[in-house]
Amino acid sequence: MAQATVETSGHGAVPASGEAEHQQHPIRLYLVVWGLLFVLSICSYMVDYFGVQGLWRWSLIIVFMLLKAGLIVAFFMHMAWERLALIYAILLPPLAVLVFVALMVPEAHHTLLTRLAFFGATPGN
Amino acid sequence: MAQVVQTHSEKPHLPPDGRQGFVSDWASDQQVFKNVSWGKAMMWIFLLSDTFIFGCFLIAYMTARMSTVVPWPNPSEVFALTIAGHEIPLILIAIMTFVLITSSGTMAMAVNYGYRRDRRMTALLMLVTAIFGATFVGMQAFEWTKLIHEGVRPWENPWGAAQFGSTFFMITGFHGTHVTIGVIFLLIIARKVWRGDFDTERRGFFTSRKGRYEIVEITGLYWHFVDLVWVFIFAFFYLW
Repeated sequence: MAQATVETSGHGAVPASGEAEHQQHPIRLYLVVWGLLFVLSICSYMVDYFGVQGLWRWSLIIVFMLLKAGLIVAFFMHMAWERLALIYAILLPPLAVLVFVALMVPEAHHTLLTRLAFFGATPGN
Repeated sequence: MAQVVQTHSEKPHLPPDGRQGFVSDWASDQQVFKNVSWGKAMMWIFLLSDTFIFGCFLIAYMTARMSTVVPWPNPSEVFALTIAGHEIPLILIAIMTFVLITSSGTMAMAVNYGYRRDRRMTALLMLVTAIFGATFVGMQAFEWTKLIHEGVRPWENPWGAAQFGSTFFMITGFHGTHVTIGVIFLLIIARKVWRGDFDTERRGFFTSRKGRYEIVEITGLYWHFVDLVWVFIFAFFYLW
C-alpha cells in the first residue's frame, strides 16, 4: 500500500534542487585519467622488464608511483574539487608516515650492524 | 514527528576558497567540512586510518628487508610466469594491476552516472567493477597457491630471507581482504541502486534511513583507496 504510493512519486522524476551541488564531469575525463594510469603502469612494469638497476630504478619507480597515486586521489576520488579544509585534513597527516620511515631507517641499519658484528655474515637470522 | 535531521548542507553560503577559506572553515561553528556530508567525511577519515595501517605494514617490510643479512629473494623472478615457453617476469602482477585500474575506471564512471540518476548504468558499472575486483582476488588466490606449492611459508622460503614470506602474506593478504570486502560492499549498493532505493527513498534495512545516490560515491572512495594501496604495494614490494 505505502509501497505503491512511494513508487509513483519517485520513478523517473528528477528532483529539482539539492543534487545540483555536485559538479558534472564529462565521462571523457575519467577515460583520459584511466588511459594515463594504464600508460604509467606499463612504464613502471617496463622498468622491471628491461631490468633497469640502481638509482634510475628507484627514482623511476617512485615517480611513476606518485603520479599514479596523485591521479587516483585527485580525479577518481574527486579531491581536486574539494575545499582546502578537507584536502589538508586528509593529505597532511600521512606525512607522519614519512617521519616513521625516517625513524626506522637508522633502526634497521643498527640491527644490521649488530647482526654483522655478533653473528658475522653467516646465514640465519 | 517529522524530525528534521540535517545530514548535509544544502549549498550553504560558502566561505571563500583557498587559504582564507581553510582558516574560516576550521575556525567556524558546528561543521568544518562545509559541502561534504558526514558520510563522505567519515569515509575519508576511515581511509586516513587505513593509510596508517598499510603505512605501518610497508615500514615493517622496509625494516625487515634493510636489516636482514640474508639476500632478499628477487621478486622479478619469484613472480615470473612461464607462458608459451617464455619466462616473463612479474607478468601476473602486471595483469592484476591492470585489472584493478580498470575496475577503478568503471567505478569512477558509476559515480558519475549515479549523480545523473541513471539507475541502470550505475548498477551495471558497479557490477562490472565488482567482477573485476573478484577477478583480482581470484588471481591473487592463484598466486598464493603457486608460491605455497613452491615452498614459501611465513617462516621460510627456498630463495633467501625468511621475512619475505611473512611480509608477503601479511601485506597482500590484508590488501586482498580489503578487495573482498569492497566487492561485497559494491554488490550490496549495486543491488540497492538497481532496485531504485534512492529514487523511491526506500529506507535501509539496518539504519532505517533514506539513502541517497551519494553512497555510490562513498563506495567509490573505498574502492579507489584499495587501488591506491595497490599502487604502493606494486612499487615497493614487487618492483623494488
